[in-house]
Amino acid sequence: MATESIERKTVGKVRPHQTQNEGLVFEKSSPGKKAYKLPPLDVPAVDASSLLGETHRQASAGLPELSEIEIIRHFTRLSTWNYAIDLGMYPLGSCTMKYNPRVNEFVARIEGLAEAHPYRPDAQAQGILEVIDLLQKCLTEITGMDAITLQPAAGAHGEFTGILLVRAWHESQGNARKKILIPDSAHGTNPATAAICGYAVENLKSNSEGGIDLEALERQVDSETAALMLTNPSTIGVFESQIHRIADILHAKGALLYMDGANMNALVGKVRPGDFGVDVMHLNLHKTFSTPHGGGGPGSGPVACKRFLEPFLPTPVLVRSAGEPQSSVTISAAPGALHWEYDRPQSVGRVRAFYGNTGMFIRALAYILANGPDGLRQTTEDAVLNANYVRAKLEDLFELPYKTASMHEVVFSDKRQAAKGVKTGDFAKRLIDYGFHPYTVSFPLIVPGALMIEPTESESKEELDLFIEAMRSIAREVEETPELVKTAPHSTRVSRLDEVQAARKPVLRWRG
Amino acid sequence: MRYLPKSDAEREQMLAEIGAKSIDELFSVIPEEYRLERDLKIPRQQAESEIIRYFKDAGQKNATDYASFLGAGAYRHYRPVIIDSLVQRGEFLTSYTPYQAEMTQGTLQAIFEFQTMIAELTGMDVANASMYDGSTGAAEAVLMAMRVTGRHKAVVARTVHPEYREVLATYLRHRELATAEIPYDAKTGRVDMAALETAVTEEMAAVLVQSPNFFGIIEDIPAIAEIAHKKGALLIVSIAEAVSLGVVQPPVEADIVSMEAQSFGVALSYGGPFCGVIAAKEQYLRQMPGRLAGQTVDKDGNRGFVLTLSTREQHIRREKATSNICTNQALVALMATIFLTVYGKEGIRELAEHNLAKAAYAARELSAVSGVRLRFDGAPRFHEFVLQTDEVPSLWQQRLIDERIVGGVELGRWYPELKDATLWCATEVVTREQIDAAAKVLAAGLVEA
Repeated sequence: MATESIERKTVGKVRPHQTQNEGLVFEKSSPGKKAYKLPPLDVPAVDASSLLGETHRQASAGLPELSEIEIIRHFTRLSTWNYAIDLGMYPLGSCTMKYNPRVNEFVARIEGLAEAHPYRPDAQAQGILEVIDLLQKCLTEITGMDAITLQPAAGAHGEFTGILLVRAWHESQGNARKKILIPDSAHGTNPATAAICGYAVENLKSNSEGGIDLEALERQVDSETAALMLTNPSTIGVFESQIHRIADILHAKGALLYMDGANMNALVGKVRPGDFGVDVMHLNLHKTFSTPHGGGGPGSGPVACKRFLEPFLPTPVLVRSAGEPQSSVTISAAPGALHWEYDRPQSVGRVRAFYGNTGMFIRALAYILANGPDGLRQTTEDAVLNANYVRAKLEDLFELPYKTASMHEVVFSDKRQAAKGVKTGDFAKRLIDYGFHPYTVSFPLIVPGALMIEPTESESKEELDLFIEAMRSIAREVEETPELVKTAPHSTRVSRLDEVQAARKPVLRWRG
Repeated sequence: MRYLPKSDAEREQMLAEIGAKSIDELFSVIPEEYRLERDLKIPRQQAESEIIRYFKDAGQKNATDYASFLGAGAYRHYRPVIIDSLVQRGEFLTSYTPYQAEMTQGTLQAIFEFQTMIAELTGMDVANASMYDGSTGAAEAVLMAMRVTGRHKAVVARTVHPEYREVLATYLRHRELATAEIPYDAKTGRVDMAALETAVTEEMAAVLVQSPNFFGIIEDIPAIAEIAHKKGALLIVSIAEAVSLGVVQPPVEADIVSMEAQSFGVALSYGGPFCGVIAAKEQYLRQMPGRLAGQTVDKDGNRGFVLTLSTREQHIRREKATSNICTNQALVALMATIFLTVYGKEGIRELAEHNLAKAAYAARELSAVSGVRLRFDGAPRFHEFVLQTDEVPSLWQQRLIDERIVGGVELGRWYPELKDATLWCATEVVTREQIDAAAKVLAAGLVEA
């Protein structure tokens, strides 16, 4: 082959490079290989079949057999097929893909914390309890709320817990009420949560600015409305400037204001939900507080609430037995021992075994400590600055359905590009060829053909400029070579995958 | 701030290009009365070295280097080093949910491998990509069975982890869904079969049992399945100790298995993050909660993987979804996948046999102490056992603590009738020396009494 025919073409910030092929781990297995060695047994060996009788396993599970180097290569090769924040900007709106500091990983693995058994006596767990206590104090201060539970395992689990608090409070007032109001711009988890808490979902249409329509709200809130689930800033990245009116309308009818804290990255250190009328809310430690997404989890979804909801929090609740309440939150432990309190007669009950995703608490606290009050405020400001910068640099090319001021994310629509036959999903796939993860596609539902972009504070001006240039370049391609965009990506290991076949004839496991 | 990649000059430049005079202008939409005009009252910004010192001190305060006989749903097993080496690769750690399949094939293939391994271990046809943990997984499994059968009640064994049962109660109580609890046989510690037979009616969506159960005893799954299926109820088996599957017959007669996979290489971490997973017979797939990775092909015919059957999920179905779950425990599932690859077909059996041997020795030595008896003797056990002591547990617990040993967990907190009974666990990391030392401390009480 002539050397001149070999293309090493740079597109934007990337140039293709080779990746290793790698089969399924089962296909690499061959009998007799081992990657483990158990120490010699220091107690008498037992005969499993006579101990277990009929409950003794006959056929071994079909697990793979490989050596250690093969396992390292297997998973390392797989890892190279992934995009990650560590590689570049990940502008997924609503997901807050920010930098995951490595010191978080380091401290979460400190032996005394990582090896603590959840049932060790409280006296032997004071270190981790102090960590939990300090995180709880920081998060209640950040949200402006009075009490908190860290038990929920993720955002949707936090929503579930928060709506259970709402329900328990209404029950204590004599009527659990029947419905939850949810704006049409909401995350899918909101209506799904309301349903699993036994509530009917009533849709609330957004106004022309993508916010809550106060007149509609006034009409729809009645004596059977338990709460409004509100995301603020909304999913189009807009702060509800009428938030105090919203809270007043709800409270006048005895309904509560639940805030989905998915977009808390726009608020930390600048404004507190507890100050603008929110009664209960959840946070996503894996969004706002930098714990890693890990390819889909684990998360952590603390729920913070006002004092009147505290009696309903899940059991157990962390309590300090003695000592004066502190006026300021410091890194040094307050006097008095911490313990878990189980006797909470009004509690909604447990939402998870043990105390929550504790490893994520450690990481989130490390992040808060690394920032301090000034760092958190600067973080929020940079997140908002970045989103507005992207908006300013792209709004001449893309339709901006809601002109309201953006906070931490900006939502465009594909209206102009769709006229040329290129939809937001195609545009997103082409972004991959330019070395970026796509933005959030087709959400929120109130924007047809949405491009939802959340840069987060973690992007430098250079990276943002590259992203903007990529978006502008693709917009040109839509005009000149639309097929190139519609068939993207072109540089990945696999081209567009057949999702219809995957769903029609599901193959969900390997069979040898 | 060291995580922020901008100089003040760049910030000024960007503001100028936006056309804003100051950063506050971008926040002017927030009503003035709500703006926070002061610093948050949280600790000041710390150097990395200070952060490490803070958490190391916390670790020290936690009392490290104790021998431990605690189990009860959270198990200490050896964690091969390569698990952390691999999951800390940024491409796994800092990647999002693999909705954009072309650039997340690594995560997707690993999930597919996880699903396969869980199906192989449990004897089920399919497994999902993970649930939060064993407790929420069990609750979701019961809701799944209710959707499948259209029935609104479930039978739950009292030998299911007490905290799992509490979570289930929280999930059901607001939807007018009910449970009936089945006692255990006071002699064997297994499900009381006569009571089960009576409780399972044609109104019941499911029977939920745990095996090995909370007392460490392996249930008679085929017999329980027969009772459940006779009345058209599904059998859900919860497995809190996944390593048991190396040597214990998988619950192939079950319709749904809800498992806590923490034992597969996941640190105790004071109770989380752990890794739940639901596995089931293929015919119930469409009612399964949570994400699923499936195999398919790309335009050029290459094998690839995608998240599939998402019409079950909240981002598509909203209030009609099978569950509200979105974020799961992906990275922890990856830990389990690596663990299972390290041990493999032979290793998982050998590991389970070591656990069996340690617990058999510990049960024998500790119950040989005068004033200590083994409860529920006779039924097959994995690596946990119940001891009844003449001496009040708080007394010998303190003596053990003084010797840097944490004894079994007291069952009286969940089972008032099991006062002075404690649940002990001996995994492969417990040594003969530790078991002998604990026996000696238990025996010492008698001399003083």
